[in-house]
Amino acid sequence: MNVTTEQMRRERIDRGIKVRSDGLYALMSWRELSYLMTPRTILIVGMLCLPLLMPGAYWQRVMSIVCIYAFLAVGFDFLAHYVGLVSLGGAFFIGVGGYFSAILNTTFGLPPLVAIPMATIAGAVLSTILLLPCLPLRGVYFAIVTLMYPLFAARLIEAFDMLGGTDGIMGLDSFPNPMLEQYFIIGMLLMMLFAMRRLVNTDLGLVFRAVKDNDQAVRASAMNVTFYKALAVFIGSLMGCLAGACLAHIYMWSGISQFALDFSILPIAATVIGGSGTLVGPLIGCLILVPASELLRDFGTLRIAFYSLILVGFIVFRSDGIMSWGQRKYEQFERWKKI
Amino acid sequence: MTGTDIPILEVSEVTKTFGGIIALNGISFHVKPGEILGIIGPNGSGKTTVVNCITGFIKTTAGDVRFKGRRITGKPPHKIAAMGITRTFQIMRPYYSLPAYKNLVIPLFSPRARKTGGWRGGGKLGDRDTVSIDILEEIGFERDSYVPYKITGTLPTGYLKRLELARCLALKPEVIICDEVFSGLSMSEIASMVPLIERLKMEGITLVMIEHRLRELFQVADRVMVLNFGEKLVEGTATEVMADERVKAAYFGSEQVEEVMKHA
Repeated sequence: MNVTTEQMRRERIDRGIKVRSDGLYALMSWRELSYLMTPRTILIVGMLCLPLLMPGAYWQRVMSIVCIYAFLAVGFDFLAHYVGLVSLGGAFFIGVGGYFSAILNTTFGLPPLVAIPMATIAGAVLSTILLLPCLPLRGVYFAIVTLMYPLFAARLIEAFDMLGGTDGIMGLDSFPNPMLEQYFIIGMLLMMLFAMRRLVNTDLGLVFRAVKDNDQAVRASAMNVTFYKALAVFIGSLMGCLAGACLAHIYMWSGISQFALDFSILPIAATVIGGSGTLVGPLIGCLILVPASELLRDFGTLRIAFYSLILVGFIVFRSDGIMSWGQRKYEQFERWKKI
Repeated sequence: MTGTDIPILEVSEVTKTFGGIIALNGISFHVKPGEILGIIGPNGSGKTTVVNCITGFIKTTAGDVRFKGRRITGKPPHKIAAMGITRTFQIMRPYYSLPAYKNLVIPLFSPRARKTGGWRGGGKLGDRDTVSIDILEEIGFERDSYVPYKITGTLPTGYLKRLELARCLALKPEVIICDEVFSGLSMSEIASMVPLIERLKMEGITLVMIEHRLRELFQVADRVMVLNFGEKLVEGTATEVMADERVKAAYFGSEQVEEVMKHA
């Protein structure tokens, strides 16, 4: 190419289309449109192709579990970075959603595709009501108390031998077929993800961010902080309970191991790796961590050691997360422009 | 008593104790509609505690606060703000991570602003981003500059103090309680703030101003109340208050009073 800097100059693509405020674009050509659309298309098409690309039923199941964790991770990211509530109650949401769906399915005979949405909403309502007393807490204190919830629920079920006790509730219906299972979960995940991204940019999302920034000022603005925190917890637990309900039908079983702390901790690791505050990052984090954990099974007891190495590596070399890093690099793409 | 003399805000016998410390000891005063009441007093005399008690940010130990005759003691802060009593914070509390204009979208989103339409009623018509920039322009943010779009954390104190006032205005308030809006500002910033306060009074907003900047306060205040160790020392016009021997003894030291009086 025989152009000189006198005729052409390099220009960042995003500069031309970004309007002064965030999330608003002025598109002038198909090229600019495709610049915006490409990452989103890759995500959607990639996720939809995943089940077809997996070598067998085992890896397809792994992908379902990835999505289960991704629900939790996106919910965690939303609560922690947009509302300022660091919730370690992921396992609690999973358990509540799972048990609700199990009861609706086994006792009332509802098919999974009806039981799951009902369990999601009922579970989110219950979780929100139970978390109401902790809402005045902030930061690490909220984290500590929410960590107690799954432990408490598991011991309670064990001690009183209710809801099937340590055996759990067995004999749930599975999804009609594996492909439906995959696409139901992936479809819901993508829907929730884009709904969340839309939500945090609305005025309501702004109120959530304001609550994180300065809740006293929100009170002085004639807004009921507790109500908005409860609403946020409802949205967050909606994601968790949906994941739990799906999980119960994947395993065809609901038991106290659904209150296991994995469900509280792994989403946080995934959020750190993927990039906190990006909402897509946690999904990417889960896509890395969950299969990695499966691959490392060959190492037997050393599995956790390697797993920790991966985590440390990410934190040392990409501490801002893959998504934040990728987004920055993508925005730095340049094009030649005639002067 | 004629209609306009009925106090818009009436504080009677308000007491607040923190453990064994008596922060406020039976404070009573009233504010008439449309006037500016100044509250002064040495550090630790309980000025901010009065604000917190009126606006519900802390619970009073005893006593009553009435707004237009209705008892508001014990109501949560957001309900009191929704009635039209707004406040600024001495230590500014903007949303540091948001762009400046987005700070006003939050009060404009509140039930009160959606009902009244916010300052000038624009909240019902346009979108909240535009309305908040309108309010910011009126309060001294240059509309066509980048200032309203900057991240709040990067703005200087002068703008942050104005942003505190703007947050109150977005609620279309009846009373604004200003907790030291002049403090931390340069002389020129104060000079531009005084006309703004006077304009708010012209618009019919009742103001309670807590200040350490006496000269500017005496320019705008109709009446002044002096607090000392949680008790009301004296209340009256600026001249009356200045002449009071107890005030001199408690607060100023006699030489400083003469200095202030010369300029007032």
